[in-house]
Amino acid sequence: MQQEKIKKVILLGSGALKIGEAGEFDYSGSQALKALKEEGIETVLINPNIATIQTSENIADKIYFLPVTPEYVEDVIIKEKPQGILLAFGGQTALNCGVKLYQSGVLEKYNVQALGTPVQAIIDTEDREKFVKKLDEINVKTIKSQAVTTVADAKRVAGELGYPIIVRAAYTLGGLGSGFCDNEEELEILAQKAFTYSPQILVEKSLRGWKEVEYEVVRDRYDNCITVCNMENFDPLGIHTGESIVVAPSQTLTNAEYHKLRKLAIKIIRHIGIVGECNVQYALDPNSEDYRVIEVNARLSRSSALASKATGYPLAFVAAKLGLGYGLHELKNAVTKSTTACFEPALDYIVCKIPRWDLGKFKGVSRELGSSMKSVGEVMAIGRTFEEAIQKGLRMIGQGMHGFVANKELTTNNVVQELGHPTDKRIFVIANALRQGYSVKDIHELTKIDCWFLDKLQNIVDLETTLEQYDAIQKVPDETLRIAKQKGFSDFQLARIIFRANNENIEEKMLKVRHHRKAQGITPVVKQIDTLAAEYPAKTNYLYVTYNGTAHDIEFGEQSAIDSSSPNSVVVLGSGAYRIGSSVEFDWCSVNAGNTIRKRGYRSIMVNFNPETVSTDYDECDRLYFDELSLERVLDITELEQPLGVVVSVGGQIPNNLAMRLRKQQVPILGTSAEDIDRAEDRHKFSSLLDKIGVDQPRWKELSTINAIYSFVDEVGFPMLIRPSYVLSGAAMNVVSNKEELEHFLTLATSVSKQHPVVVSEFIENAKEIEIDAVAQSGKLVAYAISEHVEFAGVHSGDATLVFPAQKMYVETMRRIKHIARQVAQGLNISGPFNMQLLAKNNDIKVIECNLRASRSFPFVSKVLKVNLIELATRVMLGEQVEPPHKSVFDLDYVGVKAPQFSFTRLQKADPVLGVEMASTGEVGCIGDDFSEALLKAMISVGYGIPRKNVLLSTGDSRSKIETLSAAKMLQKNGYDIFATKGTADFLAGNGVQATVLHWPDQSEQPNTLTYIKEKKIDLVVNIPKNLSKDELNNDYLIRRGAIDFNIPLITNARLASAFIDAFCRLSKEDVRIKSWNEY
Amino acid sequence: MSQKKAQLILEDGSRFSGYSFGADMPTSGEVVFNTAMTGYPESLTDPSYAGQILVITYPLVGNYGVPGFETENGIPLFFESDKIHVKAVAISDYSFKYSHWNATKSLDQWLKEHNVPGVFGVDTREITKIIREHGVMLGKVAIENAPEPAEFFDPNKENLVAQVSIKKSKRYGEGKYNVILVDCGCKYNIIRCLMRRDATVTVVPWDYDFTHMEYDGVMISNGPGDPQMCGATISNIQKAMNVGKPIFGICMGNHLLSIAAGANTYKLKYGHRSHNQPVLKVGANTAYITSQNHGYAVNPEQLDKDWEPYFVNLNDGTNEGIRHKSKPFFSVQFHPEATSGPVDTEFLFDDFIKMMR
Repeated sequence: MQQEKIKKVILLGSGALKIGEAGEFDYSGSQALKALKEEGIETVLINPNIATIQTSENIADKIYFLPVTPEYVEDVIIKEKPQGILLAFGGQTALNCGVKLYQSGVLEKYNVQALGTPVQAIIDTEDREKFVKKLDEINVKTIKSQAVTTVADAKRVAGELGYPIIVRAAYTLGGLGSGFCDNEEELEILAQKAFTYSPQILVEKSLRGWKEVEYEVVRDRYDNCITVCNMENFDPLGIHTGESIVVAPSQTLTNAEYHKLRKLAIKIIRHIGIVGECNVQYALDPNSEDYRVIEVNARLSRSSALASKATGYPLAFVAAKLGLGYGLHELKNAVTKSTTACFEPALDYIVCKIPRWDLGKFKGVSRELGSSMKSVGEVMAIGRTFEEAIQKGLRMIGQGMHGFVANKELTTNNVVQELGHPTDKRIFVIANALRQGYSVKDIHELTKIDCWFLDKLQNIVDLETTLEQYDAIQKVPDETLRIAKQKGFSDFQLARIIFRANNENIEEKMLKVRHHRKAQGITPVVKQIDTLAAEYPAKTNYLYVTYNGTAHDIEFGEQSAIDSSSPNSVVVLGSGAYRIGSSVEFDWCSVNAGNTIRKRGYRSIMVNFNPETVSTDYDECDRLYFDELSLERVLDITELEQPLGVVVSVGGQIPNNLAMRLRKQQVPILGTSAEDIDRAEDRHKFSSLLDKIGVDQPRWKELSTINAIYSFVDEVGFPMLIRPSYVLSGAAMNVVSNKEELEHFLTLATSVSKQHPVVVSEFIENAKEIEIDAVAQSGKLVAYAISEHVEFAGVHSGDATLVFPAQKMYVETMRRIKHIARQVAQGLNISGPFNMQLLAKNNDIKVIECNLRASRSFPFVSKVLKVNLIELATRVMLGEQVEPPHKSVFDLDYVGVKAPQFSFTRLQKADPVLGVEMASTGEVGCIGDDFSEALLKAMISVGYGIPRKNVLLSTGDSRSKIETLSAAKMLQKNGYDIFATKGTADFLAGNGVQATVLHWPDQSEQPNTLTYIKEKKIDLVVNIPKNLSKDELNNDYLIRRGAIDFNIPLITNARLASAFIDAFCRLSKEDVRIKSWNEY
Repeated sequence: MSQKKAQLILEDGSRFSGYSFGADMPTSGEVVFNTAMTGYPESLTDPSYAGQILVITYPLVGNYGVPGFETENGIPLFFESDKIHVKAVAISDYSFKYSHWNATKSLDQWLKEHNVPGVFGVDTREITKIIREHGVMLGKVAIENAPEPAEFFDPNKENLVAQVSIKKSKRYGEGKYNVILVDCGCKYNIIRCLMRRDATVTVVPWDYDFTHMEYDGVMISNGPGDPQMCGATISNIQKAMNVGKPIFGICMGNHLLSIAAGANTYKLKYGHRSHNQPVLKVGANTAYITSQNHGYAVNPEQLDKDWEPYFVNLNDGTNEGIRHKSKPFFSVQFHPEATSGPVDTEFLFDDFIKMMR
């Protein structure tokens, strides 16, 4: 039973989303907070990630938008005096912070008990040497390895073990600083880098090619243990599990293997003494039952979130209850509500997780997959055949693929090479190889992927070949068509294969396939996920759609109404895979829309497929379809559910893009009409609307010849923003500052033709960028929030530092923006959320973008304003007449700052410079009594430590130099030692600031910038690129990349650098107020 | 699709159309479902399934093929008996291509060799739901171009234990402890578990009176069908109670020991057949995940006063084992020998051996 003395508990969140630590911790934290709340325990949450569900009202009792660092957590402990703390729900960030608090005696000093797994047990799993010793005690095999603390020792151990070897750094996220080495030279480079992350690295023998299998294990204080799920990696050992396609449950393990590893997992969790949940990763020999334990994560993890979604077993919720002292047998199964939580889910489906990469967004990044993680999100597909699950999953990834086959041509230059050295395109290289006639055995030899998986992929290719014999859908035998659907072929794939449809007529042909198939009775069924494979009746609302079945598990139409007085349901389309530009903020919007729909008496139906989200928690809606956000699937669902309407404006661009296509199939769209959404999305239509209402915009043209581009340039001048519709290499969008850059870009990066026009726009320098997030009803503005960027326009709004309410804006500018928003709302007859981005220079205001949907900043402004704009927008979409919030709510006496989180450390070789393409993977939002305080909290939250002593300045062109001068003066005044590159130092000296010159990386003289960076003699690097082009001088790249690789905070924007320096010079740690959200 | 069409027909008239694999042979039996996600070579050779058509709820089956018939101490390494006992198997998605280092043939080929039909491509979840709502049902497998069996065969009317039990006693191993194993349809892993603990195992037929023999302990095995058919075994158990040496019953063994101790058995609506059944040790906070395969349960209320419930099912509260309050007699409804399934309760074999010391 629960411990009586625990009345108040602090839960540590995971901070901003980053590669290796993403939305899954919003899900686990939210679940844990729900579990505590159910016990009547007061909860305090520390998490600066303002876009999460866990930092919303009614989840925790108190929320601190503060950095999850020992100093800030200690301050909150002093203020809140909790009896307990939960460390296992906020990823590695929370765990590391908790271990430090334990080791420094803070927890003991304030009498705070770490609930669940004892901290010492966590330390035993995190320190590799202790971990191996611990498992040796119970004769459990680990990978033969040795911990070393110097490069020389690493080389010696590697020599003893024999190459290839793998290097791992201790205490890091998602395998940071880890990798394979085939020889001593490679080891030298990798070990050097690994030591910058961790004082200890592990050198071990490589087991490349072994199967990788994971178990999620739960233990209570009575020593009862269960394994909730096991998972098998499609990609064998050698590719980080976060980079691998994963299936659950395991598919190629016999009963003996499954239970051998299960038994070991229980033995391990007992010996380590976990109370709650942990994850055990194994390497399993593909030719015997030999195994090694790779690692144990003594906390909720990405895998545990996936396991929860894969099975319906709420691991985080149960783990929190076990931490309070419950036994597993004392808890109920959350799905059946009648059976016990002390059981192991039986699945009657297969799930397939596929990572989502965004490597194309980064310049220079290595695309090879290996032992460290680079993916930014993932999807989970559910099916009853492997073929169905993987084809669904490959569509969900959302990078223009339609399944395993029938995709646009991917050129593989050297199949053998590319199979042996996998990249983010590996699965499609396999498709090409199979089509080119490589056998399953050949591919297995090169990839070590188990033949079972490859044979299933071969089935898909074979079926495609069969289908290619037909040239009309009527000619395809029903049996073949049904089998194709059972193997996961979409109507789109069928249209492309059978009609050889091209992009122009594909939609029509696809609907033709749909029509024919429905006429033949080939339609999917809806099945439940019930944790017990139908053994017990379950009222579960957790659903998926499959063609491998003949009966629905649930009823539709009137019988299904949970309450006859509210028979209407509303479908919310979620946001899909987290990726750069769309992540947890859209999940917050989706969940809030769903909650509002429920609160207003409708049934909410959620469609989404991202296992890292709260929106895919079946608690959050009346029906959850864990399925595709494609036209085909959404039509399947709306035809069955017959909803009042579909909300397309809260899940980002994926649902937004479906609006018009759904409308054409007579699906009712709630809120702003699909036609008006189209008028905002279509560049030409939107432009003529702006002209009509007299709102200015930067000059632009869509051009299809190079000569036309040159003459447009003559008209408006440089710099220009270029958006090609067909990209050959590199980023899709670019700013060019002169004719050479333009020519370079046009010849190397893009192709220009009638089919592939280029949009060229005027680029306004040194302009302020302003955002307005708003809600309108029938064309009338109801509520709005105006924020400004710290950086000048040119930094993508997702990478910019946002201030709300805007602090440095003319009242007149503000008034005019409101006016423009009113005009646009009216012009587009908006009913629901919308967002506009504008430029202001002097008092000249231009609109650069308008989206008739919720934006990335909706949760941030909603929480700072304490007005839930999504709730308001949803009520509008439901047709309620809403009252605008009282004017006084817009008058705030505090400031919110939203800062981006970058994950460049994980993206080897990528240039960490900001531009018009978004590069950040997450964000935080902090509140302060003034701008500086809020900025400081936000910057610390995304990893910018306040420098101790040494700052390196390399401040770019003269304008940037002038811009950063007063900051440099402040640094000098506050006793910092300034180092600078030659030009910057000269400029500073001329303005009375002393700086030590460090030579450029390509110079051999000392003192040199790179040496100082490598020796970690610098605490903060400010490197401002000299122009807007991405083709930076090699020197600047080396400085920036050096800062990233050696874990030194880096700022590349003059205005942000000045603001940050100003803030930390002005405020000391003591000046930063520890205030919870409700105290503002 | 080159496979013949096949149907699974339930007693209530519902028909599920799919394709044939294994032997193209119509058959009939009692339809039961199992929610285990691994272990078809073990399940199909489990004698407790005699007379039954097994519906596997996990949709992907055949993935790792079927291992070879190598033996050790006279017992095959990878199977629970010498033959396939199910009448037929019904699944959703069959993997024609298998992949595993110890596989020597496909499931399809193995079923063919044993003349056992299989049906794939049917909605196993829907069948499971029908059985769950309706209770266990009889069923038939019909194959394209072959006459459909006219009658539903009800295995519960036969003495299945007598059919699957050994005909002549057989000895395994040379261990310190002399264990009599009463074979009601014994899984080989019970023998393996005992031998691993230094036992000589003498397997005797289900109705054999072993009480005149020299022994240190008696194991009553699992087995198929209705326990009430095993009157001979029950009276032998009662004699053995007088001998007083340790007695350990598994599954059918739990039924028979319970009846011998005064209790009754009854047929469950749809039985427990899975790898994830939670049981709680009565009077303790100790729970185990167990492998189960039974259609009947013990009503412990009529147990003689010297007996008490040992384990109880955490999901539906049914009895999962009994024990004598003072003598070394106990039995469990689940399978501590596992195969297939979790091995958490294998310690019960240690307990049994300790009683003989």
